Amino acid sequence: MISYLPRYIFNFIFLVLVQVFVLNNIQFSGFVNPYLYILFILTLPFDIPGWLLLGLAFVLGMTIDLFSNTPGMHSAATVFMAFLRPYLLRAIAPRDDYQPATLPIMNHYGFLWFLKYAFVLVLAHHSFLFFIEVFDFSHFWSTSWRILSSTFFTLVFIFVAQLFSLGKNKQR
Amino acid sequence: MRNFIRFILRHHFVLLFLLIELFSFALVVNYNDYQRSSWFSSSNRFAGFILNKSNNASQYFMLREINEELARENAYLRGQMDESFRISKDYFSVVFDSLSQQQYVYRAAKVINNSVNRHFNYITLDKGTDNGIEPGMGVISARGVVGIVTNVSKRYSTVISLLNTRLKISSKLKETNFFGSLEWDGQTYEYANLSGIPRHATVSVGDLVVTSGYSAIFPEGILIGTVETVEKGKGESFYDIRVKLSVDFKRLAFVEVIGNNMKEEQVELENITKND
Repeated sequence: MISYLPRYIFNFIFLVLVQVFVLNNIQFSGFVNPYLYILFILTLPFDIPGWLLLGLAFVLGMTIDLFSNTPGMHSAATVFMAFLRPYLLRAIAPRDDYQPATLPIMNHYGFLWFLKYAFVLVLAHHSFLFFIEVFDFSHFWSTSWRILSSTFFTLVFIFVAQLFSLGKNKQR
Repeated sequence: MRNFIRFILRHHFVLLFLLIELFSFALVVNYNDYQRSSWFSSSNRFAGFILNKSNNASQYFMLREINEELARENAYLRGQMDESFRISKDYFSVVFDSLSQQQYVYRAAKVINNSVNRHFNYITLDKGTDNGIEPGMGVISARGVVGIVTNVSKRYSTVISLLNTRLKISSKLKETNFFGSLEWDGQTYEYANLSGIPRHATVSVGDLVVTSGYSAIFPEGILIGTVETVEKGKGESFYDIRVKLSVDFKRLAFVEVIGNNMKEEQVELENITKND
C-alpha cells in the first residue's frame, strides 16, 4: 500500500493539472467537457478503506472546484462516484474474485471489465454533476444529451490514458 | 451509548458519505454567500497565481488574434478623437458630464481564466484592489459588454460573465429606446434572450441592442449585440427576442473595467426613494 503512495501523489497532481489547464479549455461542439480527473478515483487500490476513499474524492473534487469557481459541485459528484465504487466492484467481481497485488485497471482485468466499471462510474459522476449544475429537471433532455456526450468523451480520454500507462506496468 | 457507537462504526461509510454530500450541497446552495469570502473562488491568491502563469504561456499562441483585437480597438478609439469630428457647436463629449467632471474611468485588464460551457460561467482578471477594482464594476471588451465584477482580491478579480444564467443586464433597443432585460439561457455562447420589450414597439432583425445606463454599472449605449429573431410569445404582451452577442466569449483576451465615480450618489438617491 505504501509503495503505491508516490505514484498516486503523482497521479493526483498530474490529473488535476491536465484537467484544469488543458481539458477545461477544450469544448467539443460548444458544451461537451471531458472530466478526466476522476480516473484517479477509478484506479485506487481494491482494499482502500472507505473513509480514505471518500476523503480523497472530496479533496480531489474540491481542488477542481477551486479552479473552476463551482464550490461543492465537483466534490459532491466525485464523492457520490466514490461511494458507488465499492458496491459496483462487488457486483462485477470476476468469478475467482480480485487477485492480491492487482489494481482496478484495464491492464489487469481486461478491456470489457474495465469498460463496464468505468462506464457506470463515469455516467454516475456526470449525471450527478450536470444535474447539480442545472439544479432542476426542466431541461431534462438537453441535460441528458450533455451527460451522454460528455461521458463518451471522458471514456475515450480514460482509455487513452490507460493505454499510455500500459508500457510502464508490463513487467509486473 | 455503546450501541450508538457500534452503529456509527458499522455504517461509517454511508454516514461519512451523507455528511460530505450534505456539506457539498450546502456549499452549492450557499454559493452566493461563499462568493464573498474569496477563498473559494479562483480570485484567491494561489489559484490566481497559477492561472496567470499558465495564461502567460498560452497567450503566445494567440498573439495574432490579440494583435487584431488591439488594432481594431485602436481604430475605434482614433475614431473618437476630437480630430475625427467636424467641429460644431452642439458637440458634447460622451465621457464628460455637464460639470466636465469625469464620470467613467476605464482600466485595462487581462483575462486569465474563462469558460463558456457551464451554466454559471465566470471570468478571472489579473487586476484587483491594488489597481482600484471593486465589486459591482462593469466589464466590457472592445466589442461590447462582458460582465460584472463580483469578487476582488488584492491582485485578481472574478467577473460574473454575461454567459451566466444568474446575471441580468438592463438593456434597450438603440433605435427606439424601448428597454428590457437581457439574460442568457444557458444554451450556446453566441446568443442571449431579451425580454420585456412590449408588443407595440417596432423591432426588426439586425437592430442594435445596447446598455440602458439605468443601473449605474455601464454607461449608456455600450453594444451588447444585434437582434437575431423576433417572436410573439403566446398570450403575452412582450416579444421574445433572441440577440446575437457582439462579444466572442471564446476569444476574450483583453477587457476594460468601468468605474463609475457617481455610482454612490445615484444608488444612495435611489435607495431613499425605494424606502418610501
